[in-house]
Amino acid sequence: MPAVLEIEGLRKTYKSRRRGTRNALDGFDMRVDAGQVHGFLGPNGSGKTTTLRTLLGLIRPDGGRMTLLGHEVPDALPTVAGQVGAIVESPQFFPHFSARDTLSLLAGAGEVPATRVDEVLELVGLRDRAGERVKTYSLGMKQRLAVASALLKNPKLLILDEPANGLDPGGIREMRTLMRTLAESGMTVVLSSHILGEIQLICDSVTIISLGRRVAFGPVDEVLAQHSSGAVRVRLEAVSDLPAATDALTRAGILVTGHPDHLMLAGVDKPASVTRLLAEHNLYVSELAPIAVDLESVFLELTATAPVPGQHRQVDESMKVGGTGQPGATGGGWGA
Amino acid sequence: MSLFRTELRRLTKRRFTRYMTLLGLLVLAAVVVGVFFTNQKIGADQLARAERQADQQYQDQVRWSEQERAACEQAKKAGTATDGRFPDDCSVITPPPREQIEAEWFLPSTFNFRETFDETLIPFAAILGLVGFVVGASFVGAEWSNGGMMNLLLWRPNRLTVLVTKLAALLTGILAVTLPAAVLWFAGFWAIATFRGSTEKVTSGVWQSLALTGLRGVVLVLVLTTIGFALASLGRHTAMALGGVVAVMVVGQFGLGILLSMASVKFAEAWLLPTYVMAWMTKTVTLQNWDSCNATYYGECKPETVDITWQQSSVLLSVGVVVILGASLWAMRRRDIT
Ligand SMILES: Nc1ncnc2c1ncn2[C@@H]1O[C@H](COP(=O)(O)OP(=O)(O)OP(=O)(O)O)[C@@H](O)[C@H]1O
Ligand SMILES: [Mg+2]
Repeated sequence: MPAVLEIEGLRKTYKSRRRGTRNALDGFDMRVDAGQVHGFLGPNGSGKTTTLRTLLGLIRPDGGRMTLLGHEVPDALPTVAGQVGAIVESPQFFPHFSARDTLSLLAGAGEVPATRVDEVLELVGLRDRAGERVKTYSLGMKQRLAVASALLKNPKLLILDEPANGLDPGGIREMRTLMRTLAESGMTVVLSSHILGEIQLICDSVTIISLGRRVAFGPVDEVLAQHSSGAVRVRLEAVSDLPAATDALTRAGILVTGHPDHLMLAGVDKPASVTRLLAEHNLYVSELAPIAVDLESVFLELTATAPVPGQHRQVDESMKVGGTGQPGATGGGWGA
Repeated sequence: MSLFRTELRRLTKRRFTRYMTLLGLLVLAAVVVGVFFTNQKIGADQLARAERQADQQYQDQVRWSEQERAACEQAKKAGTATDGRFPDDCSVITPPPREQIEAEWFLPSTFNFRETFDETLIPFAAILGLVGFVVGASFVGAEWSNGGMMNLLLWRPNRLTVLVTKLAALLTGILAVTLPAAVLWFAGFWAIATFRGSTEKVTSGVWQSLALTGLRGVVLVLVLTTIGFALASLGRHTAMALGGVVAVMVVGQFGLGILLSMASVKFAEAWLLPTYVMAWMTKTVTLQNWDSCNATYYGECKPETVDITWQQSSVLLSVGVVVILGASLWAMRRRDIT
């Protein structure tokens, strides 16, 4: 499958005279294949928006290569811009224009037929409110307008930075079906979001970024499989056999946590080996269940951003790959 | 082309543009109406009345000087101290000769097209220039501050094209208001001169000179518009342009003016921008230095003078536009849009 979006070794350093420099992107790689819905995940301040802005030519990168639809960007942006629809982090609109005027001005600038305006307004559910001034819209309505503006070009690649921000539950579900329908019609969608349940439901593949570097990527189930820490729940026919089983498994080098009626094992490669081991000790397994991990726990593990009781994690305290492997502690967070 | 049309549409859709333009045109209309009502045509009636008033004044003078002379003689006879209130010889108290009191002084003001029309082009250019400045600043400033510029760049990634097209649309819009307004201005004052003054001696040479002044006025409007636009784009906010101008005018010009006059610099006005704007409109502004004496052949003292010409102003205006617009284009090319 051809890559629709490819990024290699992207670097961006924000320089500020007073506060020095900040490496927002530090050799970031990404690849999105055609026809996919691709999730772009990362903790706050990890560089998602910076990546998307750079890709769209709003920010000048300090190094690295990027291609969109097979063209090197930013040089070829004028040729590909017509096929890339994007919203970047809660876009703002001129507050005194109506949604229809806003879209019609964009359509005019981009040489899109005016009939398309009503199509997208219908698509995002703003048809009946399209004549009202954007100033009077709620957060979710503005977000819908933003999605409409990205869809206006009928793009081949749709880039959405936190599109679900502010949407109601119905809106989120609609967005989900919309993404799927678009992907089925051949559109490639890149989606950044913090709602991991959503991502897990609608994305074919993901890229996870932390402190400006990629920490994981690939199809969702592969990422999950690679990082399911091999947790397995074991029940035995007789509860009284549990201590003996714990003993045997621990000796075999498996991490065991005891519970009143079952055992939790960690670091198990093949669940079958557990059955064999226990059978050799005449202990019979009544249930052996690999624990399905969800994207959220994988994300927290990979980015090292799981909350620790009694600690207030600061932004930028997350996994740093290729560095010391320790959470980097730089800069402040809320209230710091 | 589609971008140009779209930007023109955006410009005219904005309420600020509409209100400011309307306001500017209303002020201009008020000026025309005001001039119309404060001027009168000079006919036989007015001349006769002026003659009568002059006579009246002459009579007053005669009566007053007679009273004074009488008082003087009385004081002389009584020998009372006059504290220098009266001259030694009372006969020198005489009324002014009749012909020194000119009837012309008592004529109502009248609008002479040939003599005064060119002066009216200065407020015309100033008011429309001000409108152009704020409309231009808010047109691009609001786009920057509310993210519209970013949205647009996602559609048209060529930044310089976007900014230049916006400016072109803005100037087109301003010109579309200024040119008809100028025509109406000429027509309005011609009507005033016809009904409330005189249109005598307006030769084709006069017309040509007035047309050129009008053209310079239009250019001034476009220059001010461009500067407002470029400053707001540079600062990414409408307020930046307005603030910048306030800073320049108050600190730069007002402060500089005070400083220069305290230091008694010769020709201090030569350092102030309004002088050049005036010179641009009136072709020359002559500055005088009263602290010097250029003796003439007749032994008279003439102040030293310096002429600021419209050519000098044109250099200043061009350099200003090139520098400010250049900076805004350069920043547009280089900056990160976040
Ligand atoms: N204009 C800027 N000037 C300086 N630093 C910036 C600027 N924009 C972003 N940064 C920094 O770059 C880093 C990445 O920011 P970015 O907005 O890309 O994060 P993000 O992944 O989109 O986060 P979020 O999930 O909160 O949206 C952050 O540390 C941020 O502080
Ligand atoms: Mg972001």
